[in-house]
Amino acid sequence: MKIAVPREVHAGERRVATTPDVVKQVIKLGFEISVEAGAGAAANYADEAYVEAGASIVADTRALWSGADIIFKVRAPEAHPTLGCHEAELLRAGQTLISFIWPGQNPDLMEKLAATGANVLAMDSVPRISRAQKMDALSSMANIAGYRAIVEAAGVFGRFFTGQITAAGKVPPAKVLIIGAGVAGLAAIGTAKSMGAIVRAFDTRLEVKEQVHSMDAEFLELDFKEEGGGSGGYAKTMSDEFIKAEMALFAEQAREVDIIVTTALIPGKPAPKLITAEMVASMRNGSVIVDLASEQGGNCELTVPGEIAVRHGVSIIGYADLPSRLATQASQLYATNLRHLLTELSPAKDGNIVINMQDEAIRGATVINEGSITWPPPPPTLSAAPKKAASAAPPPKAHGHGHAAPPSNPVTTLAVMAVGALALWGLGSVAPAAFMSHFTVFVLAVFVGYQVIWNVTPALHTPLMSVTNAISGIIVIGALLQISTEGFIITVLAAAAILLATINIAGGFLVTQRMLRMFQK
Amino acid sequence: MGTGIVTASYIIAAVLFILSLGGLSNPETARRGNAYGMTGMLIAILATVFGPQVTGGGMAILILVMLIGGSIGFYAAKRVQMTEMPELVAMLHSFVGLAAVLIGYATYVGGTGDMAGAEETIHEVEIYLGILIGAVTFTGSIVAFGKLRGKIDGKPLTLPGRHWLNLGLAVACVWLGSSFVDGGGAFPLILMTLIAFGFGVHMVMAIGGADMPVVVSMLNSYSGWAAAATGFMLSNDLLIVTGALVGSSGAILSYIMCRAMNRQFLSVIAGGFGSSSGSGPVAAIEGEVNPLSPEETAELLREAASVVIVPGYGMAVAQAQNTVYEITKNLRERGKTVRFAIHPVAGRMPGHMNVLLAEARVPYDIVMEMDEINEDFPATDVVLVIGANDIVNPSAQDEPNSPIAGMPVLEVWKAQTAIVMKRSMASGYAGVDNPLFFKDNTRMLFGDAKQSLDSVLKALQG
Repeated sequence: MKIAVPREVHAGERRVATTPDVVKQVIKLGFEISVEAGAGAAANYADEAYVEAGASIVADTRALWSGADIIFKVRAPEAHPTLGCHEAELLRAGQTLISFIWPGQNPDLMEKLAATGANVLAMDSVPRISRAQKMDALSSMANIAGYRAIVEAAGVFGRFFTGQITAAGKVPPAKVLIIGAGVAGLAAIGTAKSMGAIVRAFDTRLEVKEQVHSMDAEFLELDFKEEGGGSGGYAKTMSDEFIKAEMALFAEQAREVDIIVTTALIPGKPAPKLITAEMVASMRNGSVIVDLASEQGGNCELTVPGEIAVRHGVSIIGYADLPSRLATQASQLYATNLRHLLTELSPAKDGNIVINMQDEAIRGATVINEGSITWPPPPPTLSAAPKKAASAAPPPKAHGHGHAAPPSNPVTTLAVMAVGALALWGLGSVAPAAFMSHFTVFVLAVFVGYQVIWNVTPALHTPLMSVTNAISGIIVIGALLQISTEGFIITVLAAAAILLATINIAGGFLVTQRMLRMFQK
Repeated sequence: MGTGIVTASYIIAAVLFILSLGGLSNPETARRGNAYGMTGMLIAILATVFGPQVTGGGMAILILVMLIGGSIGFYAAKRVQMTEMPELVAMLHSFVGLAAVLIGYATYVGGTGDMAGAEETIHEVEIYLGILIGAVTFTGSIVAFGKLRGKIDGKPLTLPGRHWLNLGLAVACVWLGSSFVDGGGAFPLILMTLIAFGFGVHMVMAIGGADMPVVVSMLNSYSGWAAAATGFMLSNDLLIVTGALVGSSGAILSYIMCRAMNRQFLSVIAGGFGSSSGSGPVAAIEGEVNPLSPEETAELLREAASVVIVPGYGMAVAQAQNTVYEITKNLRERGKTVRFAIHPVAGRMPGHMNVLLAEARVPYDIVMEMDEINEDFPATDVVLVIGANDIVNPSAQDEPNSPIAGMPVLEVWKAQTAIVMKRSMASGYAGVDNPLFFKDNTRMLFGDAKQSLDSVLKALQG
């Protein structure tokens, strides 16, 4: 199958959907690949490099689109500036488009794409399950955005990040507050930390506290109990009281810190407003706010999307294209995500793709299947919750041995007991009294054993076996009772039995003693 | 000594045995428990020896034989390596089995006395059952011993139509039993004994190495039932009580082991595990392993705040437990949290790892059970897996077609880094590939566990 990689047409977009390295790997999977002339130029990938890797270069955009089975893109299709048509119109039935789509925000685009009868896989809809991590372009891009956010902040910020004591005087370290410790937030924490800043982070999801600590940053907590983890690892909207407490914390922090990076997003909702105009005013002159949520309306009231706005002496960076500003890296990670998705789509590695709607990852990513809209997908089955520990209380077990599946429902239990009782009555009707009294002892002893053994700690199972071994040497009593019986054969048999049983008794008890002596605190 | 006093002694002995097993609920009371057991045994033997049924000539023989047997047992217990415990235990089981067979025959030769009717029939059934269980226990334990020693191939022997063979043998035993009770004489008894010997061999031969903990505890149970059957035969309540205690103990252990492997007891006994695959295709594992040097391992350990060590049979084979303890000590002196995670079926018999670690002087309060520690892995920096495979296999949880699907496993892959020490990339006893080795946060340290750990220790100290 042929893959086409057109040049991105969005103004200012520098990324490209494949790199020469990935071209090589995709060819190994059995695909052919063509790249539009100049597609990688803004990300520092020359046409020659693609050719060297095995791709062909096509200058005519229409020919590129029409000659391919699969289209790799970064941005969702939009009006083409030079061809005078919409990119979606270049698509036809039988083709498969893989790019960011944002189906939730772009219903019109979805209609348009569906009308073509093509398949569309949205990189932003790859489910957040462990198996699909390698295809998770959102995380790749968020990671870059987090890094770039600190780099942008550093470019505007007038001081060092790290504290220094120099001959010219003491420099205090910069204080950075990261709001939202998702992938972008953690990347920002790591970058700011490695530049020497003091980093604090806040997140409504308490489970990220450990991750923040693992990056050596401080985790700010509210004196308030509410868990903010929603499905799929994203945050959810919090209660009013919680937000009030949260805003008080931010107001207090704003007076203290030099740089605030906000990454708070709730899926399908406008970004929560966390930094008010008053908070901005309370910040020191020269402070910086980087608002990674600017495209969704911004976490800061004063954010101007796509620009650096200076308000009350604070620079508010509202760039929505941070990954594109690190185009080489972003293209490389995105292209690799695409390659992983392609590998999943092509299980036979024969250069053909199959859209298997039974596969959870592929099902999630497929937003249009042969012209019919298949978005949103059914919710992912989350396996992140820790499995319930195996029940501590052992289930009851019927007498006898080896019931791996104990009867749990009362009917079965009752039936087993009834059968047992019938069998006993049957036995009692024929057996002599002496036997029945021994049998009583036997059954009671089994029950006593059952009660006692369940209390044995698993650590002592080996000593348990050796001590039971030793006491099963009690069979020696049987042989002792026989040894004085008349008859040579009996004496020999009994003597041999005594010998064996005594080995058992002595060996079992002594080795148990030896083992138990080793168990120490 | 009168019969009343003998019976009273037996009651005391039985109570002491129960206390002895009860003592094992805690390492602190366990030693006292063992002392109870010894006292009980001493009382029971003395009461019998000085009781009315032992007379002059027998006394001399029994003292001589008991001295010999006691010395052999004493010698074996002193000499045995802790790693060889499963073999010793299997050996001791076979002795109980054989003793039961011998006593059964002696009882048979001694005749039924003045019994008649139902009483006689029951007595004969008791003899028959006692010999049957004893014989199966005897050869089964011998084969288990051979398998544990490595003298017999650990792979399950799967004869064609083995279930029919077992069924046939069982039917034959029942038929011979009825003919024996009908006055068939010694011939059916001897034939049945041979069949039971064969049955014991075949049963354990068909069970794979991974199921050894189940086998060992199952034979433990059988040796108890053999003693109980002997008790019925001789109308001796002490034997019945003790046998029942041991029998139910072994049965519970088997049950625990089966549950730890998510296996049905019957399918373990039916055997053949490790050769058959699951019900559907198992996803191929893709990815690369990340090998690691001992020095890098030491570096990772030095940087970690919390470490969990997961020992497996490989640690026992390499005799690495002392080095493991030295490393533990070194890390603990650096102020790190070091704990051990023990899977119920790690090793070749229940509690095997605990004993090895205890031998190496690892304090038992840092040795955790699976249920205690499984939830702590996400907060753990480094997990060191020493010679374990199936018990840390994630496909038990997320690969429904895997032969070990549903078996509870230690979730080591949830830790920051898992270091797996292995001799090679070979699969574990269950014959199942392990995707753990291919995970991004897994590092492989290849080589003999003892040598690798020695290098790690050196790097830590240097």
